[in-house]
Amino acid sequence: MSRQDETIGSAARAEPFDAVGFAARHSAVIFLVALVVVFALLEPRFLSAFNLMNVLRQVSISGLIAIGMTFVILTAGIDLSVGALVALSGLVGAYVAKGGLEDRFAVGASVDAGNPVILAFLAAAAVGMAGGALQGWAVTRLRVPPFVVTLGGLTAFRGAALLFSGGGPISGFSPAYTWWGQGRIATVPIPVVIFAVTALIAHIVLRHTRFGLHVYAVGANPRAAEENGVPVRRVTWLVYVIVGFACGLATFLLSARLNSAEAVAGLGLELDVIAAVVIGGTSLFGGVGGVFGTVVGALLIGVLRNGLVLMNVSSFIQQIVIGLILVAAVAFDQYAAARRRS
Amino acid sequence: MPVLELRGIARHFGAIQALGGVDLTLDRGEVLGLMGDNGAGKSTLVKIIAGSLQPSTGTMRLDGQEVRFARPGEARAAGIELVHQDLALCDNLPAALNVFLGREIVRRIGPFRFLDRGAMFARAEELFAELKSETRPRDLVRSMSGGQRQAVAIARTRLADPKIVLLDEPTAAISVRQVEEVLGLIRQLRSTGHAVILISHRMPDVFSVADRVAVLRRGQKVADKPIAQTSAEEVTGLITGAIEIA
Repeated sequence: MSRQDETIGSAARAEPFDAVGFAARHSAVIFLVALVVVFALLEPRFLSAFNLMNVLRQVSISGLIAIGMTFVILTAGIDLSVGALVALSGLVGAYVAKGGLEDRFAVGASVDAGNPVILAFLAAAAVGMAGGALQGWAVTRLRVPPFVVTLGGLTAFRGAALLFSGGGPISGFSPAYTWWGQGRIATVPIPVVIFAVTALIAHIVLRHTRFGLHVYAVGANPRAAEENGVPVRRVTWLVYVIVGFACGLATFLLSARLNSAEAVAGLGLELDVIAAVVIGGTSLFGGVGGVFGTVVGALLIGVLRNGLVLMNVSSFIQQIVIGLILVAAVAFDQYAAARRRS
Repeated sequence: MPVLELRGIARHFGAIQALGGVDLTLDRGEVLGLMGDNGAGKSTLVKIIAGSLQPSTGTMRLDGQEVRFARPGEARAAGIELVHQDLALCDNLPAALNVFLGREIVRRIGPFRFLDRGAMFARAEELFAELKSETRPRDLVRSMSGGQRQAVAIARTRLADPKIVLLDEPTAAISVRQVEEVLGLIRQLRSTGHAVILISHRMPDVFSVADRVAVLRRGQKVADKPIAQTSAEEVTGLITGAIEIA
């Protein structure tokens, strides 16, 4: 994805067309299109509407969190705790939905005895935001590096999830709950709709609000931002709350789709999420990137997985390929950045 | 009436006397070159004027009114802008958004407020034109020359139409050609009636742009005279101590 173009309001200049530079800047989009073409040619089932919707639905959960992660990484931070936070907030949401742990496995008549779906969602979102707020506080007030804070969060939230649930899942929700994961509007799965709407809102916030501008400023030069009156601490704290909210929203949709929440949900999810953001062209050093790139990055990973599965490629090889693409994406970006400097 | 008047400004840090009773006046539309060796007290004096340090003793008057600044924000509100040596720019943002960073123009749509990018680009374009700088509002700071960056930092000070602009070593880190550009910016500030204090190590810059030069040595003001009545040799002697006082 383009670093230059995703930087706020960058210059449009009348320069001779630079094909190599263009390719390097838009590497993620070009690669995504190429992948779709290749899979479409090699595997007829790939382009079916059913399969494409399936890819989108799979992408939407980690993609939602990747949108939140984009805010964090733009400030030159990182959040490794998202997978664990998904587990913890999902369990609390499920607990509220069921009105307790007594009939945690009950499927049937008793499922309607719990609380309204909106309460369950709010509970999951509140836990996610509280976890993010706590970590953001440690980053901004205790001045512990985000990598360390959220590495601690990764362990602690997972532990809290196991403690809370006693290790077992909470399953069997009302149809009103599972609709959010399994329902469709027209033919589009609900999680995909929510993913798209969230991406749009996040894009508007980043590009068209004062807060969004401050996120970019904090990522590039926090001292300069501070000297110009940007509330650096508040901005930094808020990005962790935002990714926490994304975890709560994602876990609500995930548990609705699976009709279950469990303490081992989202294991290793942070790696998928960070990969989507980075493949999408957002710099780990902060200040450069955006939501559009992240959506492309998430789609790229989703399409790659799906295509390889359809072609019966082993999941071990998938992991190797995704790892290589991650490194290649960053190498392309470095190359594009070096060209711009010269 | 001078726009700024300092009387007996002193500041010590523990037992160390950084500034020992300095008097200084500044008129509207005047460029004052403030010179001195490292440790002479230039930074301390500038920080006091800009509100990031408080004097131990002495008084400061702005347009005849006695003022005390507890924070840089108070000095800025009173019309004193400081351009830091490092310029405090975000190089991932375009020039115009750097100018407006922290003071963005927003437009209300229902309960939401959105950046009014068009207004900011237009206003920044005007400011750069007033400064006779070729800086383009949409260019990223990353791709700019040192002179253009300086223009962005100076344009920022013009948003509030300040009374006094303090420039801390604006020509220290840029090429010779760009120095001329920055000196042009300073002349432009003077022509619009702003008072400027130029802190510099570079003798030619001060002699080319300043109306008056003040020299600090070991926390004391050892000279304060119109440029026309002094010379580079004399000022050098005053800075090093070869000449005691002028």
